[in-house]
Amino acid sequence: MSTHVPAPPTGPVRWDKVFALKLLADMVRIRRMEERCAELYGQQKIRGFLHLYIGEEAVAVGALNALRADDNLVATYREHGHALVRGLSMGSIMAEMYGKQEGCARGRGGSMHLFDRATRLYGGHGIVGGGLPVAVGLALADRMQQRRALTACFFGDGAVAEGAFHESMNLAAVWKLPVLFCCENNLYAMGTAIERYESQPDLCVKASSYSMPATRVDGMDVVAVREATQAAAEFVRDGGGPMFLEFRTYRFRAHSMFDAELYREKTEVEEWKTRGPIHSFTVRLKAQGTLTEAEFVAIDAAAQAEVDEAVAFAEAGTWEPIDELARDLLTPPEQPS
Amino acid sequence: MSRTITYREALREALQEALRTDPRVFLMGEDVGEYGGTYAVSKGLLEEFGPERIRDTPLSELGFVGAGVGAALGGMRPVVEVMTVNFSLLALDAIVNTAALYRHMSGGQFSVPVVIRMATGAGRQVAAQHSHSFEGWYAHIPGITIVAPGTVEDARGMLAPALADPDPVLFFEHAQLYNLQGEVPDDCRVDLRSAKVRRAGTDVSLITYGGSLPKTLAAAEELAAAGISAEVVDLRVLRPLDDATVMGSVRKCRRAVVVDEGWRSGSLAAEVMARIVEQAFYDLDAPLARVCSEEVPIPYARHMEEAALPQPAKIVAAVRSLLGAR
Repeated sequence: MSTHVPAPPTGPVRWDKVFALKLLADMVRIRRMEERCAELYGQQKIRGFLHLYIGEEAVAVGALNALRADDNLVATYREHGHALVRGLSMGSIMAEMYGKQEGCARGRGGSMHLFDRATRLYGGHGIVGGGLPVAVGLALADRMQQRRALTACFFGDGAVAEGAFHESMNLAAVWKLPVLFCCENNLYAMGTAIERYESQPDLCVKASSYSMPATRVDGMDVVAVREATQAAAEFVRDGGGPMFLEFRTYRFRAHSMFDAELYREKTEVEEWKTRGPIHSFTVRLKAQGTLTEAEFVAIDAAAQAEVDEAVAFAEAGTWEPIDELARDLLTPPEQPS
Repeated sequence: MSRTITYREALREALQEALRTDPRVFLMGEDVGEYGGTYAVSKGLLEEFGPERIRDTPLSELGFVGAGVGAALGGMRPVVEVMTVNFSLLALDAIVNTAALYRHMSGGQFSVPVVIRMATGAGRQVAAQHSHSFEGWYAHIPGITIVAPGTVEDARGMLAPALADPDPVLFFEHAQLYNLQGEVPDDCRVDLRSAKVRRAGTDVSLITYGGSLPKTLAAAEELAAAGISAEVVDLRVLRPLDDATVMGSVRKCRRAVVVDEGWRSGSLAAEVMARIVEQAFYDLDAPLARVCSEEVPIPYARHMEEAALPQPAKIVAAVRSLLGAR
């Protein structure tokens, strides 16, 4: 296959220990949560579509740790990690996947449609490209109300082939809106490799045609992701207009639980796994003495314990009464938005 | 004191009022600014409110309708003008998959107070791709309110409640109505849940909306000359339908004809008829009837276009057929 596995990141991590270990812990939390999700899917506790982020954790962790609380977040159906890093409790995410009313969308959305008003998570969009125009509008609202926030919009490489991508990039650029376009390029649009569907597989070239800066980032390196996003966020917040970040990453698991993975070689997947974002970050931190094995074991144990608690919370959750089926179709008159 | 203005002026006044009274309101769409609006509805608004609030967009229906959804989520009260319903098909994902679902799918966390205006309908010889009537399609979808002002008074009065609505409202303006003249009272605010009886009658209920309303009123006039008393019900809100007003009229007249510019199969007319059958079947003295568009693309040639659309003569004929011996 033509997917080129980049060399592992090297060099010192110049973060203070607390911050470095927080980002490591965030990646481990996502990984452990999703590994359990896959098991729970096998047990039929979680149903429907389930799209795992395993392998791509450095992108959400690095990028969201460069955002502020008043920034908006628009994500895709592969958004469990984004929701967790953004601050949703793992229990509310897990309960949502169980379909329980204690979930972050009352069990209405499931895995693909996580929402949270408190942390400005505007979904959880199930239609490829569907979130991009919404992100442009959120940024427009911030601009028109003189707020200094930005809107971070995550989408996959597949979305770049959608008209919504081009319309949104153009609109954001022509109006100089504070949108941070975050492309998670995992090299496949479901099962179609990027060079098989893109006339120009260099997505930064495509983005540049909309007169906005575009940067390619090693999405398997949480340090690179965080630094690039930090710089881009400052540019966007300072009125520079929108910016495009392409995070080169790789999904270790199938597209969804229904995917037999006929379109890629097992050797390719195994090769990318050697570049796993948690593994490579751990190696670097240990090499420079920022992390001990005991600390790593403690981080992992804490993540496992959090997962256990989240599963217990979801198990103990309750089903929304059927007579509430039409609740929240429209806003009730007594509580206008 | 009432005044006489056009449907176009009524819409413009309503936009002006909203823009003057609520700083969150802004208008965006293709050619709403410098050009003055494709149908001249927004003429002069750019000069008064500036380019930030009268915002010309690229030809990107999906992009700017979706941006309207996002801006509404972000605290604004956008009025998005899609030039015509025909082009709204390019924005279906933003309307159907995003705006309509947001509140329910997020467990009630996010409302989308956006108003999406568009011209609809045929009758101007602009041929098949510019003559659609898809408001009935949109009325299929839960989570959005569909309005179709058929009078100058409603053109003036429906925008304010649409903007006050915390959820998405689609606002259909029949392209044949922009030059219509009519009286507007000082207070013409409309409750977006109610139909309105435009002409009282006793022999037959003619149920219609939008661009078919003037045609139906003309038919009622002709029927009156022949001694047939037709009541005309203007649905004006296509979702949710005001069943009470419809059934009240049907129970009184005991016969009904539904007039709808949409194609017959799967039409809004079909929905109205189904509801009458469900709720007022035993009050009927005759089978229901409807006058819809013929099931063909709307042709360019004038005589063919006229033949494809509901016309007063077709409505009169349908009523006469229903009344049998009369």
